[in-house]
Amino acid sequence: MGRITLQGVQKSFGPVHIIKGADLDIADGSFVVFVGPSGCGKTTLLRLIAGLEDVSGGSILIDGKNVVDTPPAKRGLSMVFQSYALYPHMSVRGNIGFGLKMAGLARDEINRKVEAAAATLNLTPYLDRKPRELSGGQRQRVAIGRAIVREPKAFLFDEPLSNLDAALRVQMRIEVTRLQKQLGTTAIYVTHDQVEAMTMADKIVVLNGGKIEQYGSPLELYEKPANLFVAGFIGSPKMNFVTGDPALQKGAATIGVRPEHLKIERDGAGGWPGTIAVAEHLGSDTFLYVDAGPLGMLTARYIGELSLSAGDRVSLVPDPARIHRFDNGGNAIRS
Amino acid sequence: MATRQTQFLARSLLTPAVGLLFIWMIVPLALTIYFSTLRYSLLDPGSEEFVGLDNFRYFLTDPAFLASLQNTLVLVGSVLALTILLGIPLALLLDQPVIGRNIVRLMVIAPFFVMPTVSALVWKNLLMHPVSGLFAWLASLVGLTPIDWFNDVPLFSVILIVAWQWLPFATLILLTALQSLDEEQKEAAEMDGASAVSTFIYITLPHLARPITVVILIETIFLLTVFAEIFVTTGGGPGLQTTNIAFLIYSQALIQFDVGSASAGGLVAVVIANIVAFFLVRIVGRNLEA
Repeated sequence: MGRITLQGVQKSFGPVHIIKGADLDIADGSFVVFVGPSGCGKTTLLRLIAGLEDVSGGSILIDGKNVVDTPPAKRGLSMVFQSYALYPHMSVRGNIGFGLKMAGLARDEINRKVEAAAATLNLTPYLDRKPRELSGGQRQRVAIGRAIVREPKAFLFDEPLSNLDAALRVQMRIEVTRLQKQLGTTAIYVTHDQVEAMTMADKIVVLNGGKIEQYGSPLELYEKPANLFVAGFIGSPKMNFVTGDPALQKGAATIGVRPEHLKIERDGAGGWPGTIAVAEHLGSDTFLYVDAGPLGMLTARYIGELSLSAGDRVSLVPDPARIHRFDNGGNAIRS
Repeated sequence: MATRQTQFLARSLLTPAVGLLFIWMIVPLALTIYFSTLRYSLLDPGSEEFVGLDNFRYFLTDPAFLASLQNTLVLVGSVLALTILLGIPLALLLDQPVIGRNIVRLMVIAPFFVMPTVSALVWKNLLMHPVSGLFAWLASLVGLTPIDWFNDVPLFSVILIVAWQWLPFATLILLTALQSLDEEQKEAAEMDGASAVSTFIYITLPHLARPITVVILIETIFLLTVFAEIFVTTGGGPGLQTTNIAFLIYSQALIQFDVGSASAGGLVAVVIANIVAFFLVRIVGRNLEA
């Protein structure tokens, strides 16, 4: 079991208010990703749940029990750190088994559990190596092994993939997701990378400036962003925002259209005319950066190859069903 | 730096400095070796003659030699133990965030800047003096008989003084190492349920293995040649109780005016230092490998 509930959690460092009241209910077994720009408080929130920082207000419930005064080790959570924080003088076996040793388990039981965890993570051949003799991906797996061996109520991941190269990151992303599904343990994962958030999460928490902007499944966030911040943060390339006349016609202060929902017409009179500033041809996609005069730069995405190049005139027609409308305060208008 | 020209340039530019250093080292060594084979008494100048290895025989069979060798090893070992065993807790304390930490650190380092002669005089006359010393006064306050430090426990007194001088060095090196310990490692240990004591034993102490090695190696080099503290406080006595190898060589040369025997003693000291270094590197040196 690992249901984690936050009720009005606040955190200040001196006069600086980092977390301004977070309410969240994380269901048992779900994979929740905290995402947001740097300095938004996502790591602080994770450390509050872990118990590495004390809350300034509010309560954190694990399986219904308030744990704000419980030391980290007693909360039944385990954490994977950004730097992995492996113990350099211990072998892989020692690293994975350290928590069990501290819990006072018998040696053969520790060995059995460590070997089971190592087998899950394909670390068996490396059990007697020191961390410095391992590659980045292997160290990452040792850190994960250290987390799973204690059979915690929940895993906490603090940007664990940010030190890996791009190819390895994609591979580890899949491994972590599969492992979490296989174990069925609740996981909270912090990242600044919205692609990681979209691909791994059951539910995403978008944080900005110490506030939770929106909490929902990846597709909910994509299709129904609650405000301008979420709309701009989720989705790549970024959503186009248009103010002025086109927005007023729709009864909004700002309207947003995702690049993939702009239809590209070579010489259409309707829609928003403009000149292509840059055309990126990826084969699978074509990205057009269009200078649309008073509307500013717009990004359009075409699935597949489109033989247009910089300087060509095009017209962009937004899909009327997928226009997001926002009021003066930046909040979405639902109708 | 890979081409032949740059290598040649580097060597030719280094040659004068290396050459000068080499001469600086080799001339005294050669002279010492030469003197050690002479009967060379300052009381009887002009009578020098070649005596082969007799000086070595005299020096090594002198009962004072074994006593001073033992004193040297006890002194080095005790000071090492004291500075490391006290240096670790002191460094842990100084690593804590307290008000005025910088000033406290400065004061802890201070003994290292006091020259050995001065600190020995301070300890001898202000602290350990059996009549007017601070320790004597403290003892009389509680009704104890003041200890006559340099007569009752002479070697221990010298060890105390030298340890006091080297404690800041050990503390400083260990403190620097503590500050380089990854904060996330301590947090990981905390998540793993390690208590403060377990964290110290399993995380901090292994991290300190290398700086402790550095402290042992560097201190040993200097502690083998402790001289000023002994000269100022006990003059090697009472009897031979505080005579170490360095002081014995001094007394051969400048109390007995026997330059030949002193030179032989100096060479013996070089050999002893190398033996100690050999064992030290074997025992603790593997901590230095990356």
